[in-house]
Amino acid sequence: TMMTVRDALNSAMAEEMERDQKVFIMGEEVGDYQGAYKITKGLIQRFGPERVRDTPITEAGFAGLACGAGFMGLKPVVEFMTFNFAMQAIDHIVNTAAKTLYMSAGTISCPIVFRGPNGAAAGVGAQHSQCFAAWYMSIPGLKVVVPYDAEDARGLMKAAIRDPDPVIFLENELLYGESFPISKEALSPEHVAPLGKALVMRPGSDVTLVSFSKMVGECKKAAEELAKEGIDAEVINLRCLRPLDRDAIAASVRKTNRIVVVEEGWPQAGVGAEIAAMVMEDAFDHLDAPVERITGVDIPMPYAKNLEDLALPKVADIVRVAKRVCYK
Amino acid sequence: MMIDVPIPFVAHRIDPPSQTVETSKAEIVDMFTQSYLMRRLEIAADVLYKGKFIRGFCHLYDGQARSISHWSPYDREAVCVGMEAALNKDDAIVTSYRDHCTHLGRGGTPLEVMAELMGRIDGASKGMGGSMHMYKRDAHFFGGNGIVGAQASSDWSPYDRTPIGAGLAFAMQYEKKPNVAVAMYGDGAANQGQLFEALNIAALWDLPLIYVCENNHYGMGTAIAKSAKSPEYFKRGDYVPGLKVDGMDALAVKQAIKFAKEHCVSGKGPIVLEMDTYRYHGHSMSDPGSTYRTRDEITGIRQERDPVERLRKLIVEHELLDTAEIKAIEKAQRKIVDEAVAAGKASPEPPVENLMKNMNQIMDNVVVRGVDSEARTHLTEAYGVK
Repeated sequence: TMMTVRDALNSAMAEEMERDQKVFIMGEEVGDYQGAYKITKGLIQRFGPERVRDTPITEAGFAGLACGAGFMGLKPVVEFMTFNFAMQAIDHIVNTAAKTLYMSAGTISCPIVFRGPNGAAAGVGAQHSQCFAAWYMSIPGLKVVVPYDAEDARGLMKAAIRDPDPVIFLENELLYGESFPISKEALSPEHVAPLGKALVMRPGSDVTLVSFSKMVGECKKAAEELAKEGIDAEVINLRCLRPLDRDAIAASVRKTNRIVVVEEGWPQAGVGAEIAAMVMEDAFDHLDAPVERITGVDIPMPYAKNLEDLALPKVADIVRVAKRVCYK
Repeated sequence: MMIDVPIPFVAHRIDPPSQTVETSKAEIVDMFTQSYLMRRLEIAADVLYKGKFIRGFCHLYDGQARSISHWSPYDREAVCVGMEAALNKDDAIVTSYRDHCTHLGRGGTPLEVMAELMGRIDGASKGMGGSMHMYKRDAHFFGGNGIVGAQASSDWSPYDRTPIGAGLAFAMQYEKKPNVAVAMYGDGAANQGQLFEALNIAALWDLPLIYVCENNHYGMGTAIAKSAKSPEYFKRGDYVPGLKVDGMDALAVKQAIKFAKEHCVSGKGPIVLEMDTYRYHGHSMSDPGSTYRTRDEITGIRQERDPVERLRKLIVEHELLDTAEIKAIEKAQRKIVDEAVAAGKASPEPPVENLMKNMNQIMDNVVVRGVDSEARTHLTEAYGVK
């Protein structure tokens, strides 16, 4: 069976709303408009305006409101039309949602999912094209989920909603319409994917390609290219950046002795920087080549098509760098 | 018994409640007892802070003109006790960092406050929160917030936590409970954008939310005339009804909160209450509170409007207690505070293993890194644990 990421997210939310009355959705255009990207399509018709709340364009207001509702035991699923706009609300995400459990000695929890598209879309310019993964994964108290395909989207969304902690759920606009095969198991309403566990998408023995979200697809394509040249790449889909499955990364490096981390975000203090440090800590003796990072170019996103193309990692970049660490 | 509050309510887009308040001897005596306890507790905290038993910020809530750190010295005991006289513990409160007395009002103990200030295990938050982060979940008290305006509460500070209050109110409505949420903030936070965002949503959705603006006339050292184009905070909800209340008069506060709760629970949406108060202390322990106002101003307020003294006068005027009985109450409260201070000092610091507890509720796959690569989840010698 095939399923789009959009339908995977939509069905996962609908099932969780069916399962638990305390789950509700709020955000800009989630109701009558059916979602800016149609992720909440049909939900207001099915669950009513009490549980699918259209908000004004006031991110700080509704993110803070969701925190208060979470404190009281409700389970808000908050859509940011894009994570660029979540910057308006980051005070509540960091200072309210992430820290209150710790500050209250475990007495007040904040079971929220903050979700929406993150990272570069296409041709939308600098203020709408950035990856916030590294920001959120640095915050203790948050969990950060980064699905790639439909199976990830369903299993991880259901897990995120059921999880009693605040979860940042970073989707990718360009993947919403993409169809992926989905297993019968993942279609079960009871199926949830574990948070904090990476997935080996393709086993290999020569080099490890680690990535998340859209870049997993690019790594898979790169692995196919590399196979033609006799290099057997292992592709790891992180699925979750906090907790980060460092054991899975280290285990792969112990096997391949080489690692390339691929992300769309900026290089400095990025996801790849963190993983490079982890590999040093966990598997230094197993490395036969320096850890390589492939990242977005260290600039605000340009608008012009030719320059935008140059600003983001491509399959050819992954192939080139993978060969470099294999000394080929 | 019926008592007229002297200063009239001023209303915005609503008919004000009566100035005649129904009360009882027991209630007035209890208000006096509570507010006296709060006053003594803040005085004791002042002493502890100066004795270096309390770290960081400390904002006192009482009204003495003494110097404190960044706790909230203010004289708003009347707001606390008056508010609690009209609410029950199923109503929710979120406040600013000036939270010591709110914690007591919600049924927290003096020891919980004192031990938290000193970072000890018997504190309201087991020493994890500190002065600005006390919570009492079973009484629906959601802190204690250091970010002014996020609760929609605090007299200064750059943050506002009012949206949290709107969320508490949302939950009341969602679960169809006959309760309200109170979001407290100060005149400083009253200018924050979040406050207006949350109020707009609360009004759109008729959320049972009471905004309580404690106007002590100074956001840190900035007089309201320098920070607010309109200092009529009760009107600043525009389309939302408001009421200006003498925040130094516990009975007026009680009447206003009772009125506001009825308004909210009947489905009419939020309301803004401006509590006119004063802060005797500086903004915090590091502020002598004398560079931006005169001594005469402070002395005048203490003599004319002090909330604890007003309750005492009420007791004397109506002959509710004799002098010996009043003295006995004061003595008992001072003893409670002395004991709380002693017990707080004796309370142990939190155990080292608490350092890495409660980051998440579900810790599956969560690895907490210590200061070096070998200090993960299980504490190592780096933390003095074998």
